[in-house]
Amino acid sequence: MTRVDVRKTYKLFIGGKFPRSESGRTWEPDGAQGTNVALGSRKDLRDAVAAARGALGGWAGKTAYNRGQILYRLAEVLETRKASLAEELRGSSRLSAAAALKQVELGVDLLTFWAGVPDKLQQLLGSQNEVSGPFFNFSTVEPTGVVGAVAPDAPALVGCLALLAPLLAGGNTVVLLTSEDNPLPGLALGELLAVSDVPGGVVNLLAGRRAELSPQFASHRDVDGLLLAGEPDPALGAAASDSVKRVRNVELTPAAWRRLDTLCTLHWARPFVELKTLWHPKAP
Amino acid sequence: MSETIDPAAPSTPAENHRPQLVFGERWVYDPAPQSSDHVQLAERYGLFIDGEFVAPRSRRYFATSNPANEQHLAEVGQAGPADVDAAVSAARAAQQDVWGPMSPRDRSRYLFRLARLIQERSRELACVESLDGGKPIRESRDVDLPLAAAHVFYHAGWADKLQLAFPGSKTSPKGVVGQVIPWNFPLLMATWKLAPALACGNTVVLKPAETTPLTALLLGQIIEQAELPPGVVNILTGDGRTGAALVSHPGLDKVAFTGSTGVGKQIQRTLAGSGVDLTLELGGKAAHLVFEDAALDQAVEGVVKGIFFNQGHVCCAGSRLLVQESIHDVFVDKLLRRMERIRVGDPMDKNTDMGAINSGAQLARIQELVQCGVDEGAVMHQSSCTLPEKGFWFRPTVFTGVAMSHRIARDEVFGPVLSVLTFRTPEEAVEKANNTAYGLSAGIWTDKGARILWLAERMRAGVVWNNTFNRFDPASPFGGFKESGFGREGGRQGLEAYLRFHDDPFTQG
Repeated sequence: MTRVDVRKTYKLFIGGKFPRSESGRTWEPDGAQGTNVALGSRKDLRDAVAAARGALGGWAGKTAYNRGQILYRLAEVLETRKASLAEELRGSSRLSAAAALKQVELGVDLLTFWAGVPDKLQQLLGSQNEVSGPFFNFSTVEPTGVVGAVAPDAPALVGCLALLAPLLAGGNTVVLLTSEDNPLPGLALGELLAVSDVPGGVVNLLAGRRAELSPQFASHRDVDGLLLAGEPDPALGAAASDSVKRVRNVELTPAAWRRLDTLCTLHWARPFVELKTLWHPKAP
Repeated sequence: MSETIDPAAPSTPAENHRPQLVFGERWVYDPAPQSSDHVQLAERYGLFIDGEFVAPRSRRYFATSNPANEQHLAEVGQAGPADVDAAVSAARAAQQDVWGPMSPRDRSRYLFRLARLIQERSRELACVESLDGGKPIRESRDVDLPLAAAHVFYHAGWADKLQLAFPGSKTSPKGVVGQVIPWNFPLLMATWKLAPALACGNTVVLKPAETTPLTALLLGQIIEQAELPPGVVNILTGDGRTGAALVSHPGLDKVAFTGSTGVGKQIQRTLAGSGVDLTLELGGKAAHLVFEDAALDQAVEGVVKGIFFNQGHVCCAGSRLLVQESIHDVFVDKLLRRMERIRVGDPMDKNTDMGAINSGAQLARIQELVQCGVDEGAVMHQSSCTLPEKGFWFRPTVFTGVAMSHRIARDEVFGPVLSVLTFRTPEEAVEKANNTAYGLSAGIWTDKGARILWLAERMRAGVVWNNTFNRFDPASPFGGFKESGFGREGGRQGLEAYLRFHDDPFTQG
């Protein structure tokens, strides 16, 4: 007699909790037929932004060493669960078992890279500046704030992690819209985040329609930055200009999404940190 | 303003009752006019395109005048779309054929040459800056010109060291850059924009502000003198229409803008999704925090410098004074006395502290916001100084009793108008300081080192001056958080805006 398997309901991840969409809507994503996923609404996005704003002070205020440890903890948790996540990825992405496992391992590897970044950002991006006068002058970096991120359709898991990790390393909090084609692996990340010391609200995961939610990301005045997979969209950039958001697009070939060297450069973090320069006189 | 000691009032702070020296009319300053005999302005200036001054294809000119006396100075060209086309084409050709392929060492030497020429002609440039813009000659001479030359000198040295600046990254110039600059520091802003762009191998089309075109045109002459290859720098004078035509020109690879937040947003909107990179240095409403343990007399000087420097036409001006409640009365008293001593008048007088408002339009905006402050119930204090009859002038002004919701506490006045608010605790100071859409600069006055670092870390602003204010240096990155813009100017980090990193997977959206 075959066992009747237990199926998982895929829900959103907002403020450390797993709500269904407040809209009550669900959908069957193209890449995950047969699974009903909570279909995130604009209200869910606003709730997620509020959670991210609330979590910002605590996350940015942690020592960089601590943020690095938490990111490394996330890598550890992913490593120990890589078989199950790879299985989830394989089932929903029509990947071979080997390709799915490779993608999860790439995720672990890039998390490990970024786990080592937070306590080096000041030395990598900041400076002491030699000004012509009796002043001590130095520049430090700080998080931009709440960043909205829109993941590519594929790769479904690494596409999420590659956007998330540098933003978190820089001290930002994030609202991430997972792959529209296959949101399941991205949403499954919530289960890892919830048990890996990342405070609630630091990462918020939505599933839904890009066309419905992206304009809301762009026009929301409490979103400070926007990192969008795909080619630049003039309408989104125009809406973002109303609050002078920092907007970046990233479009990579499938091969480039598989290359750690491409995903692990400071260019991924730099647009979402702000440089602050301090002056103080020197006097006896 | 004379006061006497009143022993019957012990409950008010003793500071309020310190007698002050009152000289009346017995100690006035004699005029100390800066001679401008050696300044030879042409009657009419063309546009600087492809290495020469040419008549605008639009055939239109407009007048620029001295805001201190409304006297006509010269006519300059109003660049139209055909002029923008010509300038962008010249810049493209120069970038591809000459400036881009040139050895970095040669680019560096051209920039050193340019820096020296600015130094050599600095007195002439300072005079023209004050004549055309209304700022005191003391500031043009001692701040604008030395900093302008220093900026070019600093970046001359970067031109052949870009590989050292960003080790591990292969870079190339962005290409052709369109730059639009404001009227408050005309020549200084021109060099802030040009120097890093040129050092990184880009060519430029620069649009100076409508009311202050002259020093940029003299810079064009200096560029001729330095024998920079034609087309490397092109200078188009004109009004907002010229700026709009430039920033939306499809031949650009990058746009850099310094000016109002409103126009900055329009530019970001225009360029959205175009693939053209953008940096913005926009408005501000800086909080200037004074704690009870600060060196108060120094802090008064800092606050005065913070708001009255350059008539308050400074994007990073300390226009919101947040003073600890316990010292409010003492501090405001000192501040008002000091304000009364500010010498307002002829910008060409070497004793002048505060010159003319840059234009009639700007004066009208200041007047409107000040009227709003009065209407909303804040208490206005103004210097009793005598203002010249001709020209555009505004008295140094302080508002007390200001609430966070008042327009004078929220909107950028861009004039000599200070709003005074209070706080009790450091936490409240942070809360109030950051309660603005802007984030360009902040100032902090306290004697406690630990408190400075604690506060500075919490200021959401790109530049934080501690126990000083309005300091600038080419090595010190400058730029804003939030709606004060993005990108930095100055320092190693300022170079990033003008380089394409081959391993950068991002495009600006």
